[in-house]
Amino acid sequence: MSVVSTGDVSEKTLQTSDLIYKYMRPEHLPQIWCPGCGNGTIMRDVVQAIDNLGLSRDKTVIVSGIGCSSRAAGYMDFDTIHTTHGRAIAFATGIKLANPELEVIVIAGDGDISAIGGNHLIHAARRNIGITVVVMNNNIYGMTGGQYSPTTPTGDYGTTAPYGNLDRSFDIAGLAYGAGASYAARGSVYHVRETIQLIQDGIRNIGFSIIDVASICPTYYGRKNKKGSAVDMLKWQKENAVTMEQAARMTDEQKKGKLIIGVLRQAQYPEFTYQYARLIARLAKEREE
Amino acid sequence: MGKVVLMQGNEACVEGAIAAGMRLYAGYPITPSTEIAEISALRLPQVGGTFIQMEDEIASIACAIGGSVAGTKSMTATSGPGFSLKQENLGYAALAEIPLVVVDVQRTGPSTGMPTSPSQGDMMMARWGTHGDHPVIALSPSSVEETYRLIIRAFNLSEKYRTPVLFMMDEIIGHLREGVTLPEEGSIEIEDRLTVRFPDPKRKAYEIKSGRFIPKMAPFGKGQRYNITGLMHDESGFPTNSPEVAEKLMSRLMHKISDHYDDIVQYEAVGMEDADVMIFCYGGTMRAAISAQEELRAQGKRCGIFRPITIWPFPERELRDFAPRLKKIVVAEHNYGQMVLEVERIAGKYCPVEFVGKYNGTVLTPQDIAKAVLGQEEGKEA
Amino acid sequence: MSEKKKNTLLEETASAVCEKTPAKGGRMEMRLAGSGGQGVILASVILAEAAVIAGKYTAQSQSYGPEARGGACRAETLISDTSIGFTKVQDPTFLMTLTEASYQKYAKDLPEGCMLLADESVSSAASRSGAVILPILRTAKEKVGKAQCANIVAVGCINEMLHIVDRESLAKAVAMHVPSGTEKINLTALSEGEKLMQGVTA
Repeated sequence: MSVVSTGDVSEKTLQTSDLIYKYMRPEHLPQIWCPGCGNGTIMRDVVQAIDNLGLSRDKTVIVSGIGCSSRAAGYMDFDTIHTTHGRAIAFATGIKLANPELEVIVIAGDGDISAIGGNHLIHAARRNIGITVVVMNNNIYGMTGGQYSPTTPTGDYGTTAPYGNLDRSFDIAGLAYGAGASYAARGSVYHVRETIQLIQDGIRNIGFSIIDVASICPTYYGRKNKKGSAVDMLKWQKENAVTMEQAARMTDEQKKGKLIIGVLRQAQYPEFTYQYARLIARLAKEREE
Repeated sequence: MGKVVLMQGNEACVEGAIAAGMRLYAGYPITPSTEIAEISALRLPQVGGTFIQMEDEIASIACAIGGSVAGTKSMTATSGPGFSLKQENLGYAALAEIPLVVVDVQRTGPSTGMPTSPSQGDMMMARWGTHGDHPVIALSPSSVEETYRLIIRAFNLSEKYRTPVLFMMDEIIGHLREGVTLPEEGSIEIEDRLTVRFPDPKRKAYEIKSGRFIPKMAPFGKGQRYNITGLMHDESGFPTNSPEVAEKLMSRLMHKISDHYDDIVQYEAVGMEDADVMIFCYGGTMRAAISAQEELRAQGKRCGIFRPITIWPFPERELRDFAPRLKKIVVAEHNYGQMVLEVERIAGKYCPVEFVGKYNGTVLTPQDIAKAVLGQEEGKEA
Repeated sequence: MSEKKKNTLLEETASAVCEKTPAKGGRMEMRLAGSGGQGVILASVILAEAAVIAGKYTAQSQSYGPEARGGACRAETLISDTSIGFTKVQDPTFLMTLTEASYQKYAKDLPEGCMLLADESVSSAASRSGAVILPILRTAKEKVGKAQCANIVAVGCINEMLHIVDRESLAKAVAMHVPSGTEKINLTALSEGEKLMQGVTA
């Protein structure tokens, strides 16, 4: 099933090699991710979205936490900061508060953002601070060797779930939506165009945005759960993805095992740093009077 | 002389910080440091700064580090349990060389302990709390006025040495109100971090030019486009597993503090000229020591006080100079015995070191200290 | 208590107060106690503020449990012409209690010569010789018209009793610490407090 784009991604997409020289740090490539890993594609999606939006390299900051995803920051030619496990959003909040002019993009993993960093995720969403979070969601802790994460489906295997995962799994975009994110969306590694569009829209949104991108981890999650090769895992995304619109017409039974992509919510709430600037201006005015 | 105003210790901490240039405060409420958050929330937007109440203690220090990375002088404050939670990111700031001030208004622990009771039980955590070896600067004020002046110094040291500075208060000073003589406008010396004049991505962000001891990277958003990481890194700011690079970095981080001992270490010696007994104390305990000393001097005892203002690095040279001519050192602190270990290590071979402490939520009185000096605890009459 | 007996008691305490009021320049260790929410901490802060305005040294602190309202609450103000070492009250020269519970907690073991001011509701204080007993809470409610001003009435009483600072410094200190818009009623409370004590010492 092919997925209809939720918006128009510019046809003028640069060749990957051009993107590398324009936005990456070639001296630090090749990256350390395993062959077939989805993270490289998502990193490229972010860079493409930045290019499409024409963001200034000098005014864009990439913040990451710890885990496979966190290595993305170092490969990208912006001001980049590789922080502590789970805390990327809290560091990003400080950067945005200190200089609201900056476009602050967090790249995080599923364990990073929804387990150890879950508290920061929900509160940044509630606060509607103007940062964009892109999640490389591969359903596993990859860097430490394949332990189950909060997004590992119930029953699936990990090195710490040798009898199958007993936990229920998180829907990260849904979680952020529930916490009040003004933009929450879900993309996938296979759906490159759609995901670039979602990231673009998330960056353009004034307020807290999250794009939960289904990544693939053939090395750990794929192997532990007999999902086949990287190509097989991509094929699965292609064949099982449905749009939000399509999902709206499906029963719960039909939606089971499907990858629902698209925008969960786009809403207008006052953004935190904007509100704070207004407070400062109000107090200054009161002092003058 | 400037104006004298009545201030609470926690309030002086905020006002001094603002005078030093603090424009971002990120915190989480915890007794007995909460007034620092409350007053920051009131005052920062008045001076164009930002206050944010984060979701937890870890987020608070992370946010403050983020603010500093973007070029804003940032602070977070907490008490015991919160200080425990901040330890990981404290190490991050030390390794990544991010200026930052962390205030700990100590309370009786461990665990939730006695939230409204004074303590000095976090002194060793200040030195060794985060994992791994790391440089540290910690200061401790003993009056409200000193709180105001010393927090300015905390920011200056943090900026100068690109390292987190720990401001170790205690409930005695945090909740005390006293008159504070404010410095005259324009008389406050402010240090700002060195940054590159022409930010250039080709320049190694952590490069150390000869004659310098810290890197001078630009704040984020100025076009330098560099990388910061909590991994061991080379001068370009990128991770490395090279033992040579790691060793060189660690050595520089430790030396940037130890080589500037004279600039960083401050202490106060009261009546030490002719003293044969020393009371060693710091922070709020100093107040009881002053009264004890008055009493002892009135009885003809030659008693002096040695008070480190800089706790870490420890003023060991000065203590070592005094120790050989003393009959005894009495270490007074509000814990089960922490800095006394350091005093024993340095002075123990020259004279006896005795300890008088409180760890039950009450304060050491001048009589407690005087008794220890006179040796009455052991039933001896001096 | 009969009106006559009361007057005799007041006269006795008045002379006691005059005798025991420390000479100017002496170190005062004052302890104010009451129930959380009565504003004794604020009263203690105002006395410290007044001391600073009058160019004296002061150290003010408080101790309290987890209750914001209702629990026993104690605040301390030290005032001296010379710098202050130990910041806690050890030998109080003055104690005020606004409630029976705080009297029970803090009035035992008072050192010789410590002056005591108690609200009339503190029934146990009557048996203590030299205690000054005044209708502080009632004055706030009835004369000032606002029960919350009792702490400021108390401040007026205390300063009139101990002559800590000049009236101008005290009024300035009150105005600095009460919520804006309530300065007038609080200054009335201060005057009523002073009058109450003048009734004793006159």
